Amino acid sequence: MKTLARFFYELTESVRIAWAQIRANKMRSVLTALGVIIGIVAVTLMGTAIRGIDAGFENSLAMLGDDVLYVQKWPWGPVEDWWNYVNRPPIQPSDAERLNRIIEDTPNSLLQVAVPVAGRGNSVKAGDAQVDGIYVFGTTADYVRISGVDYSEGRLFNELESNGGRSVCVLGYDVAEALFPGRSALGGTVTVSGHPLTVIGVIAKQGEFLGLFSFDNQLIMPLNAFRKMFSIRGRTDLRVKVMDKTRLLQAKDELVGAMRRVRGQLPGERDNFTINEQQAFKAQLDPVKRGIALAGLFITGLSLFVGAIGIMNITFVSVKERTKEIGTRKALGARRRTILLQFLVEAVSICLIGGAVGMGVAYAVFLGIRFQMPVIPVEFSPDLVVISMVVSVVTGVISGFAPAWGASRLDPVVALRYE
Amino acid sequence: MIPPPPPPTHLKRTVRPRGALVIDIEGVTKLYHMGEETVHALRGVALQVHRNEYLAIMGPSGSGKSTLMNMLGCLDTPTSGHYQFNGKDVSNMSDDELASIRNREIGFVFQTFNLLPRSTALHNVELPLIYAGMSPAERRARARETLENVGLGDRMLHKPNELSGGQRQRVAVARALVNRPSIILADEPTGNLDSKTGEEIMQLFDQLYEQGNTIIVVTHEEDIARHARRAIRLHDGLIESDRSTDV
Repeated sequence: MKTLARFFYELTESVRIAWAQIRANKMRSVLTALGVIIGIVAVTLMGTAIRGIDAGFENSLAMLGDDVLYVQKWPWGPVEDWWNYVNRPPIQPSDAERLNRIIEDTPNSLLQVAVPVAGRGNSVKAGDAQVDGIYVFGTTADYVRISGVDYSEGRLFNELESNGGRSVCVLGYDVAEALFPGRSALGGTVTVSGHPLTVIGVIAKQGEFLGLFSFDNQLIMPLNAFRKMFSIRGRTDLRVKVMDKTRLLQAKDELVGAMRRVRGQLPGERDNFTINEQQAFKAQLDPVKRGIALAGLFITGLSLFVGAIGIMNITFVSVKERTKEIGTRKALGARRRTILLQFLVEAVSICLIGGAVGMGVAYAVFLGIRFQMPVIPVEFSPDLVVISMVVSVVTGVISGFAPAWGASRLDPVVALRYE
Repeated sequence: MIPPPPPPTHLKRTVRPRGALVIDIEGVTKLYHMGEETVHALRGVALQVHRNEYLAIMGPSGSGKSTLMNMLGCLDTPTSGHYQFNGKDVSNMSDDELASIRNREIGFVFQTFNLLPRSTALHNVELPLIYAGMSPAERRARARETLENVGLGDRMLHKPNELSGGQRQRVAVARALVNRPSIILADEPTGNLDSKTGEEIMQLFDQLYEQGNTIIVVTHEEDIARHARRAIRLHDGLIESDRSTDV
């Protein structure tokens, strides 16, 4: 108990000395901390970028509906045995109707609803204005049940419009902005491949996420209208919403069984469709995240290394300058541990200041990116603060240890005589 | 007419009865290796110091008095021989054990004061108590009391550079006293002071002696040594003489 109390008093004394020392040598301390500042900025920004990607992706998934399974002819990602897939019969909109009937007839089904979607890249015109490369797709009124998007104006088409194949559409935010700059798109007419469509809704701006997916440059129309204009053969897939996304695997099993019934497949026959899920997307981002992490770690490591050497150097200087003080303290009863602690605390304090400044700089950069370049996903989180502080402390301890150890071993007689 | 000089203070002094044995040194030698050469700083010194003594250690430079002082102060250990402090053998103690002895049993006063420049007088005096593990409230009270005792009650929150040389040395004396050590070990305590201030500091030591402290002063000045009740003279690493300073 006594030892603990003494340790605490020695620690507070060390902190006091360290702060006095840093205050007395402001410029030197700041310059020394520079390496740590850069390191912490690097590690924090890396963290915000990686977290930003994750959060952005989660957002995109939520936009698409993260509880949605995709019934498609082809699996996502590369396939080597393409011949096993090419002759599969295409997915039909009628498959969705049959699937929905099966879902309704199944008690406690894990599936909610199936929606057919057929789409293609196309240009969209309104008067003289034209935008190219818009993802134009047709679906049914049930689409509203699987996608969690907000509308800045209007609404999605209803069942009546959907079934009737009415010439209406919903525009993504950027499309509406491009074709109807400065005015409401609602009620306006756009042309897709020569077919006029009345705008009945505009989707709220979603922002872009690394160009992966965004509703902002899409156009949604009733599937029955879409199929009047384009062939839907080979372009249709089904989106199936599950009841509970924590039980995605069981839902997938149920969906496979239901689809086999829809497709009239015999037992033993291989599935002639693929169930895709969005989690597969996520895997594609891993190399990007790894790249950022590697680059970030490299910069962090390098600058922390340089910073650590700087701090080691300054601590050596500090020990040298205060050799006589060390001698005095030893004469007054400071143990080795006390002296070691004193100089370690000093090195750690400089690092902590560097860490705090680095965090501030990183936060400013983060705010700058967020407001100036919203395309780049960044996300700040409290655990980054913790990580930075831990990194700072560890750097301080590592770099301060050698000089502090040397100080603690000084012979008091020699130290007292030092001028 | 020049007025007659006042009688020297040491003429009207008391000699307090010796107490228990504090320092017991027997056959102590100390060798230093300076490159090729071996220096015999102490060549077999025997010395006993009791509680309530007021001892001066004298000798020219190179006589070994600094080495002896370091030894007595447990800053250094002998090459051979025995050193018992309050009955405990310190010849073979570890660094940290020695630190603990210095902290509790020895109060150092240095020629160059050795105060922490950025700390107040109060904090400087508190320092040994911090190393002793005393709680902040307790040590502050003790440090205050000690500073008042050396006549610096009104300078507690001044930093060393705001104090005169004599005041600084008083702070150092307070720091030496604060842990109530068995001995006060002063190394040329007046060496950096003018003679008047030096005399004041020596009077402070006299007063501390009267109050029951055991004091060892290392000096090469006869005037300073005369304040002590006993003086030993070192020459070439040996004690040349050991006698009472009574006239």
